[in-house]
Amino acid sequence: MEWKGRDVISIRDFSKEDIEFLLKVAERLEAELNEKGSLDYAKGKILATLFFEPSTRTRLSFESAMHRLGGSVIGFSSASSTSVKKGESLADTIKTVEQYSDVIVIRHSMEGAARLAAEVAEIPVINAGDGSNQHPTQTLLDLYTIKRAFGKIDGLTIGLLGDLKYGRTVHSLAEALAFYNVELYLISPELLRMPKHIIEELQEKGVKVHETSDLEGAIPELDVLYVTRIQRERFPDEQEYLKVKGSYQVNCEVLKNAKETLKVMHPLPRVDEIHPEVDKSKHALYFRQVFSGVPVRMALLGLTLGVL
Amino acid sequence: MAELKVTAIKEGTVIDHIPAGKGLKVIEILRLNRPNGGALLLASNVNSKKLGRKDIVKVEGRFLSEEEVNKIALIAPTATVNIVRNYKVSEKFKVEIPDEITGILRCANPNCVSNHEYTVSKFYVVSREPLKVRCHYCERTMEEEDILRNL
Ligand SMILES: [Zn+2]
Repeated sequence: MEWKGRDVISIRDFSKEDIEFLLKVAERLEAELNEKGSLDYAKGKILATLFFEPSTRTRLSFESAMHRLGGSVIGFSSASSTSVKKGESLADTIKTVEQYSDVIVIRHSMEGAARLAAEVAEIPVINAGDGSNQHPTQTLLDLYTIKRAFGKIDGLTIGLLGDLKYGRTVHSLAEALAFYNVELYLISPELLRMPKHIIEELQEKGVKVHETSDLEGAIPELDVLYVTRIQRERFPDEQEYLKVKGSYQVNCEVLKNAKETLKVMHPLPRVDEIHPEVDKSKHALYFRQVFSGVPVRMALLGLTLGVL
Repeated sequence: MAELKVTAIKEGTVIDHIPAGKGLKVIEILRLNRPNGGALLLASNVNSKKLGRKDIVKVEGRFLSEEEVNKIALIAPTATVNIVRNYKVSEKFKVEIPDEITGILRCANPNCVSNHEYTVSKFYVVSREPLKVRCHYCERTMEEEDILRNL
């Protein structure tokens, strides 16, 4: 598939080959970055970050990636400071901004906003989260982190823990992992189980899936434990939230029976689902995971700009 | 009981083999019951060899477009459409659920961009039996009940 000019909207748009290629490019960029400090592939190119909904970490990660690639960044970080507030349509905002830039990163509270933006814009559009729908760069950096830590993804046993019902991150990660030969433990409270259609899709693709609410029972089997936050704002019903909040806490006690090589991941920010004492253990991979966002986003920006 | 005789029409469309009870819905979806529309005839619970019971809708002076036919396919997948000119069937086709449904269905997700910005709605058919479609924009799937409510 041709990368120049390509939009990055949904993990569904990617094939396994696309993913593998992207991970290789990210790895190459990370090595170059280590050697040279900064690169100049995107010199003279401008990234517009349109954050209609604030998400400081994701925005900083994209900005850092563009700067490390030698390009520059313009944009806004909340809709209240733009003409959107005056009632401008999303399409018009996009058509205007593309006159100023070479690639657009968009974050929006409405599902499908990034897809619409991509249809309107001539330049590549990268989805940095559209409501509760997709956040494809998060999934790609998750895969990259696993691959960097283990040298492979095939053959691993991966536990997804927490809110598997509403958690956007774990849905698309699970869908992407289905390309690989992995075994999955889906660990959640009864109320927050992975939607049936996703489990069926995984099984159809040959993934061995175990559903359980028993974290301690699953721990010894795992190579990766991917922890998610149980997010109050995703719950339609506060009562339902109160029943499951604080269901799990990953601490050194829980990790006692884990493999020596177990890695704990988390898309961050965390609240109390991973105790800070885990940070210093050999299991913690979540800050490294944050770093992975930079080479992965550098690869995406560089490839869609056609400068790599 | 012999098959019900339905008065022939000179020019227009006869939608046959509608599952019994869905005829009114076909009329509603196609907005055939507008005051400026042609004469309209609904036959309900007619004996049918194929379906047991069926509905038939006849509309005088209107030829259905393919887009409209696709609309019917979602609620009446068994329907056949006859275009009548000068008392004769000039064209006959079976409705078919297309792979993509464009412009006729609204997304059931209130937070979908297609319900807030100017777009032409688009859905991919994920499965025909049972009917399930996925929104091109928000990627949510809708099942039969939601589909019928949003046509
Ligand atoms: Zn939608």
